[in-house]
Amino acid sequence: MNTLLRRQLIMGGVILAALLAAPFVLPMYWVIVLTEILTMSLFALSFNLLFGYAGLLSFGQAGFFGAGGYFAVLTLIHGPQSLWAALAAGLLGAALLALVIGWFCVRLDEIYFAILTLGFGMMLFTVAHNWRTVTGGSDGLGGFTVPEMSLLGFQVNLFNPKNFYLLVLFLVVLGVLLLLRVVQSPFGLLLKATRENSNRVSFVGANVRSVRLFAFVLAGALAGIGGALFALFNRIASPEMLHWSFSGKAVLMTILGGSGVFLGPAAGAAIFFVLEHVITAYTTNWMLFLGAILVVLVLAFPKGVLGSLLGLYARRWKGPKP
Amino acid sequence: MTEQILLEVQKVSRSFGKFQALRNVSLRIQPGRLCALIGPNGAGKTTFYNVVSGRYRPTSGRVFFEGRNIARAPAHRLVGMGLLRSFQITNIFPALTVLENVLVPLVVHHGSSFACFGSIGRRPDLAEEAEQILSRVGLAGQSHRVVSTLAYGDKRLIEIAIVLARRPRLVLLDEPTAGMNPEETDRMIRLIRDLSERSDTTFFITEHDMKVVFSVAEKIFVLNQGEMLAEGTPEEIRANPEVKRAYLGGSLDAAGI
Amino acid sequence: MLLFLISMGLTTVFGVMGVLNFAHGSLFMLGAYFCMQFVRWVGSFWVGLLVGPPIVAVLSILIERYLLRPLYGRDVSFQLLLTFGIMLFLDDGVRLIWGAAYHLVNPPDILSGVIPFFSQTYPVYRLFLVLLGPLLGIALWAFFTFTRWGKILRAAAMDRQMAEIIGVRVPVLFTAVFAFGAWLAALGGALAAPHQSVGPAMGERIIIESFIVVVIGGMGSFPGAFVGALILGLMNSFGTTLVPDLQMALPYILLAVVLLTRPRGIFGGEA
Repeated sequence: MNTLLRRQLIMGGVILAALLAAPFVLPMYWVIVLTEILTMSLFALSFNLLFGYAGLLSFGQAGFFGAGGYFAVLTLIHGPQSLWAALAAGLLGAALLALVIGWFCVRLDEIYFAILTLGFGMMLFTVAHNWRTVTGGSDGLGGFTVPEMSLLGFQVNLFNPKNFYLLVLFLVVLGVLLLLRVVQSPFGLLLKATRENSNRVSFVGANVRSVRLFAFVLAGALAGIGGALFALFNRIASPEMLHWSFSGKAVLMTILGGSGVFLGPAAGAAIFFVLEHVITAYTTNWMLFLGAILVVLVLAFPKGVLGSLLGLYARRWKGPKP
Repeated sequence: MTEQILLEVQKVSRSFGKFQALRNVSLRIQPGRLCALIGPNGAGKTTFYNVVSGRYRPTSGRVFFEGRNIARAPAHRLVGMGLLRSFQITNIFPALTVLENVLVPLVVHHGSSFACFGSIGRRPDLAEEAEQILSRVGLAGQSHRVVSTLAYGDKRLIEIAIVLARRPRLVLLDEPTAGMNPEETDRMIRLIRDLSERSDTTFFITEHDMKVVFSVAEKIFVLNQGEMLAEGTPEEIRANPEVKRAYLGGSLDAAGI
Repeated sequence: MLLFLISMGLTTVFGVMGVLNFAHGSLFMLGAYFCMQFVRWVGSFWVGLLVGPPIVAVLSILIERYLLRPLYGRDVSFQLLLTFGIMLFLDDGVRLIWGAAYHLVNPPDILSGVIPFFSQTYPVYRLFLVLLGPLLGIALWAFFTFTRWGKILRAAAMDRQMAEIIGVRVPVLFTAVFAFGAWLAALGGALAAPHQSVGPAMGERIIIESFIVVVIGGMGSFPGAFVGALILGLMNSFGTTLVPDLQMALPYILLAVVLLTRPRGIFGGEA
């Protein structure tokens, strides 16, 4: 494991400890904010599997995020009142969609890939927006209750934000660990190679499309869980969750935190929320500032906040290069 | 003839629109014999390699590798069969380390392309194999350097290392000494000769540097304007008047023999 | 036909510079807002039409020179992200300056009112736009075919390196192209002002449609932008009557079909 990653994991461990303690120390409002940050972190991290590691910019990840939400809610409305069933439906549904859509998208490169993913994402948005009978149309899909979670024989009440927060924390950490494994695996190396030189990867015998599709499905599945949690959290699945501008959020968070570092997107999600919180206290024009910040980041800090910080720290610690 | 044929190219042509890059080119390569493909600029050498290695499909003609028709196979499948190529313009993974560059083909070779749950750090067998390959090409001790920081000559060695990782039956080396100074060129010549003699891999090189060709090749094919002009041992080629004419109408001495 | 103007600007910028400008729709919107502002100040739509777009063009010169230019060597994704950021900035910027409400701009007197057309009435302004579209198209085509600048632009779109070698100063060319694209977009916006209500969501709405037009027609292709806009326009009209539920998705479906069967688009050159 390289030092950069190790440092992040140590940092992550410390933060995890803090996050575990949070619901017992912080006021309810912050627990709720943290829940949302965690959910969006998962979304952003799944996006970065494609962007940072595979070199694929997808503007359609919200499609899988939202689909996960809808599948989860639909399960609760039409199926068993089981939390795990709902989450599983979100995961599998999103993964399946990613498989189908991804099969088409991996045939394209670079900018065309970005546009096609945007297109498919918007097709999903249209379905969610217009299919009133199933998805509730533009009003979204509500009218369900979050069931109690059965855990090890106990029934946990998820109306309590603390409990819900801990569930989200648990699942997000699980997702992060999974991503960590993937990124460090032989497949992860191959994925990085396709980012560096996809042409050469086929000349060493790997089917680049298959590698990319696999990553696409993984990313979609994780986005799906994020979406399921998001929908349950907000008590509604709405079409906005699938709009390309929602995909844009994942992109922004990733760039904010840094696409080149593993936990960058998670840091970005946190920074995003903090910024939003601070700036909207003064003005309603917070997108203005966000746009400006993005421009500054792209121009001056392409590594993102976390990436630049870690880079600075590394240089100071190691001293000047020989 | 009971001798095995490793690669057989039968009357292959390849056109790009109206321009015919290759015309009815045929050749045969036997295992273990280091062959070279030469020809003046624009003769079609790289196009030929692109056709054989699966980058292009031939417009007509057939290509057999170990008896199997491969004309329609995509590049990655050919690699699985044991047919690899290296590139004239260095085509490696710049942001990865030296070790990782060799690990990539190894991962694919050992069927671990989709192994996504185990850390690659837990595969010391792969790392060891990679180190061995790096030693063979002369890059031992550089494993953790990022490839983009390497000298040009070392990057060309990585080109070879990547190819070797797949234990190929046949390797098409596209101008292995391109851009190298005399010292690096000598090193490469020794390496190729060594690899050719000591391993099961058959090498098929194309080169502009005649010194390289004439010091390692057992059989030489000459391509000119898309057609096979001549083939034979180095002595036969050296004495061939048509070959001399093809190279700027002058002597092969001018070309560096 | 407004879509054609905007797409024309987008595809020119992409063809010559290789940049897909997310903020293009915002420039369109700015053109509309400036026009509206001039109408308020001076009372004349024509002033707004003439003066608004050049102001946007100047703004775009600043954008290109100081924000976009540093990114030319880098990954395409970063350019896309930069223009995305600019889009966010501008879209919210108009909200800041003009408020979030929708505004109405009246067409100039000569072009206002309706005329009877078979059994329905047709706004004169719409007719004006319908006629203007092809006229502008022809004017642009003439520009690109016959004038020196036009030929230079086409050549640069086809082969940037070659253009550089024969002496075209690429940085100046890029700025000029970007400004030209912005001018077209803003012109479209100014023309659109009397036709649709002017509001902050204008940019977002049109950018995706013009992306699709450009992809269908072929990135960097001028006739492509025309044909693409035509196809999309027709599709939207027929779609509303034939398959109202799917209508929203039609452009995306078309986009997917084109990208998967012929990624270069109808008239596109190299992908």
